[in-house]
Amino acid sequence: MLVFLFEQLLNGVQFGLMLFLLAAGLTLVFGIMNMINLAHGSLYMIGAYLVATLTLKTDSFLFGLIGGVALTAAIGVVLEMSLLRRLYDKDHLTQVLVTFGIILIANQAVQEIWGAQPIMTSMPPSLSESVPLVGSFDYPVFRLFIIVVGLLIAALLALLITKTRVGMWIRAGAADREMARAMGANINLVFSLVFGLGAALCAIAGGLLGPLLSINVGMGESILILAFVVVVIGGIGSVQGALAGAVLVGVVDALGRALIPMALRSLPDQGLADSLASTLSAVSIYLLMALVLYWRPQGLFSR
Amino acid sequence: MKSHSHIAWALLAVLLIAFPAMAQAFGGSFYVGFATRVLILALAATSLRLLVGELALVSFGHAAFFGTGAFVVAILSKELTAPVGLLPGTDSAWIAWPIAVMVSALLAVVIGMISLRTKGAYFIMITLAFAQMTFYLFESLKMYGGDEGINMAHRSRLGFGLDTGDNVTFYYVVLATVVLVNLLFRFLIRSPLGRVMKGIKENETRMQALGYRTYRYKLMVFAIAGAAAGLSGALLANQNSYASPSLFSWLQSGNLLIMVILGGSVNFWGGAVGAIVFCVLEEVLPHLTRFWQIAMGVLVILVVMRVPEGLTGLRWRVRVPQVGQRRSSSEVGNG
Repeated sequence: MLVFLFEQLLNGVQFGLMLFLLAAGLTLVFGIMNMINLAHGSLYMIGAYLVATLTLKTDSFLFGLIGGVALTAAIGVVLEMSLLRRLYDKDHLTQVLVTFGIILIANQAVQEIWGAQPIMTSMPPSLSESVPLVGSFDYPVFRLFIIVVGLLIAALLALLITKTRVGMWIRAGAADREMARAMGANINLVFSLVFGLGAALCAIAGGLLGPLLSINVGMGESILILAFVVVVIGGIGSVQGALAGAVLVGVVDALGRALIPMALRSLPDQGLADSLASTLSAVSIYLLMALVLYWRPQGLFSR
Repeated sequence: MKSHSHIAWALLAVLLIAFPAMAQAFGGSFYVGFATRVLILALAATSLRLLVGELALVSFGHAAFFGTGAFVVAILSKELTAPVGLLPGTDSAWIAWPIAVMVSALLAVVIGMISLRTKGAYFIMITLAFAQMTFYLFESLKMYGGDEGINMAHRSRLGFGLDTGDNVTFYYVVLATVVLVNLLFRFLIRSPLGRVMKGIKENETRMQALGYRTYRYKLMVFAIAGAAAGLSGALLANQNSYASPSLFSWLQSGNLLIMVILGGSVNFWGGAVGAIVFCVLEEVLPHLTRFWQIAMGVLVILVVMRVPEGLTGLRWRVRVPQVGQRRSSSEVGNG
């Protein structure tokens, strides 16, 4: 029982950290460029496809991951420089609809290139084992690997933003775009870099989740909405908020799916209990979002 | 100007009333169903335009109310023909449709109570998230078909000798409903409430300073728009005799927003015009190119970037200049 809950908790943290990779890009783009980017989910999808394809081609998960991430980052930068850059001074509605148009284009393009059938990839053999974690409790190495990579990237991101020159530009751009420009920061370069960084994080999440979930054309959209929930809970523009929100959402979702059916098992009508449980666990994170917003409409870590 | 618009209205009325007869005369009965669908989506887009155009509330979750209306009607119908036993069923339009409207309005009040506390980008993301929640909510109702949706044995019954199963009759039922709701909206916008909405759109803080509880007004309009979207969902479930969870999909919300912007959010008829153009495009593009989704995406981007005021915002810009004439501000305002 306890072991089962612990496993669910780890799964929740693991999924939450991947959500963080998506939410961090979204929240940075929003905080700095004041832009809502729905096409973020498309970059995640493209990243997953590229990593899977390159892994098959090179027969190495590491090369696949690096190559896929680099390519996706390049696509992100090209997208930013060619089209999205023109949206920064437009209203949110325009941004939403243009990036919605990009989703339509990306979905069909991916379907034409890779076909409509979902792609199945396998975990790299070196990580496909399970290791005993506590006593007799085994946990897949690949999921541990994802947790470690997620934490590592969160730490690197924190270092990048607080300790480096680029991070200083990013913070300056987020605080006051015009003033940062006046003080000599190359804001256009910063925007492209941030966008490329966001795209790279998307591809890492897509590449790592690929072997666990199926890779298909609509995959970017459902996870994008989860990333939005994370951003809203954490507070738009805050990277710490995104981390806290992402882990919270991941854990609440996983524990909800484990605990709610147990809690309802004592109900007399078993059929009703089952359907109630599936409904409640499907909507638990949205209820969490509603609660957080009712208490703090600007999110947990709003600036 | 006035008499011109009267003629245009009369022509439009004749076209809408004579459409089924014309379609059948040209051997295209298929188009009656298509026109019905366009009218239904026009109703949904018009209700969303009320929020976007009159209150500057960009709701990205309008499909929630649309889908709820459809599911309420379908669930009530299923309870009658193949009862699950949780609710009493009915296939009467006079009972099922008002219930669909009320449930959608109630959902809009609940979603609005939380999302209207926020502004701008937050509002967009939160309405999107709540719509996704209703998607999962209805998808998890395994007793009502789960992700396969609900088939209706037949359309809702109206009585009075009207056979809603007949596509032409149903077209007129939908036409009457859509016209009625549009008249209601028109009345609403010209009422004192409409003026409050205008004030809120221009400067909410000032309206608050004047003593208006703007949150309540916004919630009221949000609920009205949700109710109308619910009605259009109820009509669509009838038209297809089927309600699918995909009605809740966020693509549906996005499509409704595209219709509003395509038509022009400021003009009262923007939603309807956008719905017509969108549906025609959706019908025609796949015949023209295999890459029609890409074409649609490119079109959406071009329209949003190049014609942000939408099709109803387009004006003939060519004017014969007259000596001594100056463009006064009122003339510019009237376009």
